[in-house]
Amino acid sequence: MSGKEILDVTLILLEYLVPTLKLFFFTLLFSIPLGMVVALLKMCKFKPVSWLTNIYILIMRGTPLMLQIIAIYYAIPYLKISENLPVFLKNILDGIDIQGDAFMFRAVLTAFVLNYAAYFAEIFRGGIESIPKGQYEASEALGFTKIQTFFHIILPQVIKRIVPASSNEVVILVKDTSLANIVAYAEITLKAKQQMQIYSSLTPLFIAGAFYFVISMVMTVVFTFIEKKLNYYR
Amino acid sequence: MSMLEVRNLSKSFGSNKVLKDISFEVEKGQVVAVIGPSGSGKSTMLRCINQLEKADGGTVNVCGMSMFTAGENGGAVYAPAKTLREIRLKVGLVFQNFNLFPHFNVLRNITEAPVRVLKMNRKDAEEKGMELLKKMGLSDKAKSYPFELSGGQQQRVSIARALALSPEILFFDEPTSALDPELTGEILKVIKELAEEKMTMVIVTHEMAFARDVANHVIFMDGGVIIEEGTPDEVFGNTSNERTKQFLQRFLE
Ligand SMILES: Nc1ncnc2c1ncn2[C@@H]1O[C@H](COP(=O)(O)OP(=O)(O)OP(=O)(O)O)[C@@H](O)[C@H]1O
Ligand SMILES: [Mg+2]
Repeated sequence: MSGKEILDVTLILLEYLVPTLKLFFFTLLFSIPLGMVVALLKMCKFKPVSWLTNIYILIMRGTPLMLQIIAIYYAIPYLKISENLPVFLKNILDGIDIQGDAFMFRAVLTAFVLNYAAYFAEIFRGGIESIPKGQYEASEALGFTKIQTFFHIILPQVIKRIVPASSNEVVILVKDTSLANIVAYAEITLKAKQQMQIYSSLTPLFIAGAFYFVISMVMTVVFTFIEKKLNYYR
Repeated sequence: MSMLEVRNLSKSFGSNKVLKDISFEVEKGQVVAVIGPSGSGKSTMLRCINQLEKADGGTVNVCGMSMFTAGENGGAVYAPAKTLREIRLKVGLVFQNFNLFPHFNVLRNITEAPVRVLKMNRKDAEEKGMELLKKMGLSDKAKSYPFELSGGQQQRVSIARALALSPEILFFDEPTSALDPELTGEILKVIKELAEEKMTMVIVTHEMAFARDVANHVIFMDGGVIIEEGTPDEVFGNTSNERTKQFLQRFLE
């Protein structure tokens, strides 16, 4: 490939970095709070809730994300043509437009959020359960309410403990966004593949790889900084 | 007026009866030492009074407020949440392993509860916190984090933290047991000073010499019951009780 061609391809791929980053940020935005909720549900003392949550986590972590993306993307079109559904469900499904890009993004995002929430939930749960019982007791004995105890005493300590594991997940997510190309979500890997065929050259793949590499590095640096910031206590 | 009244307090863990009809009283300004072998229920008793453990039966009154009373068919009937909260603020608890909040510096460890629980403004709370630190001989450690302190210093901070809420009674659960022997002295000194200021205290301890020296009342527990209680001279000096004798013997060896 000539220098000009490489530049052209780079610019095209740069453009498709936007949908990649969009998927990345929205996944984090929704899966982190959802993961927190899932973690609390799994620790729920009412056993059926805890079991159901656990089944959800097992499925999400035990099956490939790619399969989940395909399943969710095609689930709604399939449900739409199925006959014996309750009326209210049919009404909801009829209201969903399955043609546009917006639908594709939402379907892919849903799969990512559900999947990553399960991983984050396990990280959060591990973090919460690693806080010694004495912290709760000291806090309770000093008259803090349950909510104050959670937000002022427990959560700050949990955050410090889960930063390393969360950082791992975030870096994996950078690269996992490429899985969305399986349903033709127009992101950087899909485009790189097309450019590869146009030019009969592997160079576009290398360029895409470089993009992922840079984003992963940036994330690693950001998290290392956060870890350092939180290192003021042990 | 008695600050603490405990009547027939009982508590089981499953089929294990840990407290069997414990009754005693603590008067204002009194320093009570609770001694007894491991597993005799000393911690459980403190934890029931500090609402960290739910009692199964009996009656507990703190500063004239009823925490729980014996129900008609045995169980403990607790006061409404508001009363329990009020009682909670009347009592303070110092733990064996300090349980300081590692993410707060020393001063913040002390001021956090006054600010959030008593709604004191931060400046006043910090003033009071600094006063308490001075009293504990830790004025220069206000900005340190717990991990930077020795065990003895951490325990003094935790005492200051409990005192910051101005409790009527302070409970200690083996405050020196997690410390190296050479550090226990500084904690015992602080407790002694508090005793001189007529702070009402209940101290679970294995430091017999200290109990004898500082306490004006001693309770000996074994197997979930109070075997004997009295002045230090009565219990340590010339007890006629065989089990007390046996227990104290082990400490003299
Ligand atoms: N949370 C719990 N669950 C079950 N059993 C418990 C629990 N806490 C204490 N016990 C049991 O209750 C009994 C009394 O324990 P406790 O800690 O009150 O004794 P202690 O007098 O404080 O002993 P030590 O001097 O070793 O601190 C022990 O047999 C202990 O195993
Ligand atoms: Mg104990």
